[in-house]
Amino acid sequence: MNDFTRVEGVALPLPIANLDTDQIMPKQFLFGIDKSGLAKGLLYDLRCHADGTPQPDFIMNTEPYNHARILVGGPNFGCGSSREHAVWGLQQGGIAAVLAPSFGEIFYYNSINNRLLTVMLAQDVIDQIMAEIAIPASSHLIVDVQAQQVHTASGKSFPFDMDARQRHMYLNGLDVIGASVGMLPEIKAFEQAHFAANPWARVMAPT
Amino acid sequence: MAHTLYQKLVDSHTVKRLDEAHVLLYADLHIMNEYTSPQAFGGLVERGLKVLRPSQQMGVVDHVIPTHADPVAQRVIRIEAASKQAANFSRNCNASGIKLYDVNDPLQGIEHVVAPESGFIRPGMVVLCGDSHTTTYGAFGALGFGIGTSEIEHVLATQTLTYRTAADMRIRIDGVLPTSVTAKDLVMYVVAKISAQGARGHAVEYAGTAIEALSIEARMTLCNMTVEAGARAALIAPDETTFAYVRAHPGNLDAAGMEAAIKTWRNLYSDPDAAFDIELEFSALDVAPYVTWGTSPDQAIPIDGRIPQRDADASTAKALDYIGLTGGSRIEGTRVDRVFIGSCTNGRIEDLRLAAAVVRGQTISPTVRGMVVPGSGAVRDQAEREGLARIFTDAGFEWRQPGCSMCLAMNDDVLAPGERCASTTNRNFEGRQGRDSRTHLMSPAMAAAAAITGYITDVRKLGAQP
Repeated sequence: MNDFTRVEGVALPLPIANLDTDQIMPKQFLFGIDKSGLAKGLLYDLRCHADGTPQPDFIMNTEPYNHARILVGGPNFGCGSSREHAVWGLQQGGIAAVLAPSFGEIFYYNSINNRLLTVMLAQDVIDQIMAEIAIPASSHLIVDVQAQQVHTASGKSFPFDMDARQRHMYLNGLDVIGASVGMLPEIKAFEQAHFAANPWARVMAPT
Repeated sequence: MAHTLYQKLVDSHTVKRLDEAHVLLYADLHIMNEYTSPQAFGGLVERGLKVLRPSQQMGVVDHVIPTHADPVAQRVIRIEAASKQAANFSRNCNASGIKLYDVNDPLQGIEHVVAPESGFIRPGMVVLCGDSHTTTYGAFGALGFGIGTSEIEHVLATQTLTYRTAADMRIRIDGVLPTSVTAKDLVMYVVAKISAQGARGHAVEYAGTAIEALSIEARMTLCNMTVEAGARAALIAPDETTFAYVRAHPGNLDAAGMEAAIKTWRNLYSDPDAAFDIELEFSALDVAPYVTWGTSPDQAIPIDGRIPQRDADASTAKALDYIGLTGGSRIEGTRVDRVFIGSCTNGRIEDLRLAAAVVRGQTISPTVRGMVVPGSGAVRDQAEREGLARIFTDAGFEWRQPGCSMCLAMNDDVLAPGERCASTTNRNFEGRQGRDSRTHLMSPAMAAAAAITGYITDVRKLGAQP
């Protein structure tokens, strides 16, 4: 279930450091002009042979991890390219939450903007969770956003921190763009003063 | 109260503080490419909104464009999906009145090469772009950083971004870089020293005599690739070198406007008693020509170094298996199939001069296919005027049209499985230049040397002085 107060389900362990967005969503899947059709590109080179047939020994292609709702990754998860397609692809592939010791910065903010839950936990906590979910029988995790706790199948619980704004956005689905559009009067007042004081900051004539 | 340069740039662009950690940040300029912007334009349409400030946007087709040696202004995108994406981008920009360097614009090139040479980047600006290498603009003392597509939509709609401010890091590098050691080697050294997430969450300001001695183009290389250490931004305080570059690329500023602006820009520095969350120091004398041996930009060693033993950590063994090299062996002497010179990191005129100085009068190895892809139409034209293009073609290199090309291989320029490439780009990720391809990042001079010998070579041993 996922009502944005918690995510629960099978968790996929991917203990790979610096798993970059090129690997999460390779270049050949980036030609679209909408967000659709990205599930097939998710972790493609790890998941598929060059001819497109599945790599049977890759964990994501095995039961129960082929139904994963949660991904547990290594440090600097999602580093590299700014491509938001990585986030869309994870979501279209069924992933609703990613737990990792740290995240690439742009990926992290892209996740927040798409309500893909990102949870940062210390490496030793990730290691404990990783060890448990690597066993199919204990691969189930619950991420309780309201209580800010991760619960494992064996009954261990780990608290996590969450930025207040991120938590609010995740729980309530805040429309950031809509909120900023509501501040247009302030934006217009700012830019008038800004360009009057710093005319050089305008590199093209206003239309 | 004392402020860092980063804080000054954020403060001067803060429309409103949203909470303790976030501000509504105003963008002076927003740059777009064809592949990260379509869904943002689509989102605007869904909301019934228009682009708020068209004259503060700029578009360039660069990621998907082919770089075949077709005549200027006669390029055809042969990949159908890529062609549709470029056409869609053109429609979006034209419909909103946004300045676009389209497929057949003679000045088309890589966004981070085109924008500075067009006079669109100045000290003190905030510049956003849906591309992680937007950190490049820190070379001018401008705050530049990459954003996602949802954020592109935010900027199009409001000319602002809901922005979580970064922590401050300063990296001081004093001393003189040794002969044949460039800004590319310097940034690879820094990334190797502090790791691929060593600057995560931080805006990195570079300072010190080694930085002051760098040209603007070298500073762009340094700031561009600082994102590979996880930095949210890179910055160098503007100085006379910066002002000379901006004077030479004035854009829409007249002489009086320029001098008034420079007076303002002289205040763009970190106050002497400003506090940084992290301060690091390195000596330029310790930097050597650097080469990556693995699949992350921080897996780099000096050319005379040895690749780590495979039991060093899990990432090392995984990287060695992918890259097809043996732990404990030397990187020098590793045979390469391809050499690529170009990208937003190293596709500027100065980079081509450094490579051409090594190549001049030489012939590349018959076992190597070498490609030189200028960063923009202006770079191409200048390189042709200076005779650099001729040096490359005489040596056996392909001289191509501008674009991102084989840096990310989202176009016709892709490595075949197993091919090993000496590359002046910024990422040696698994599959970045093509599935199962093997990338070794290095400077333009080092890549040129590898092309001549056919293997990864210490450019200092070739005798030519770049």
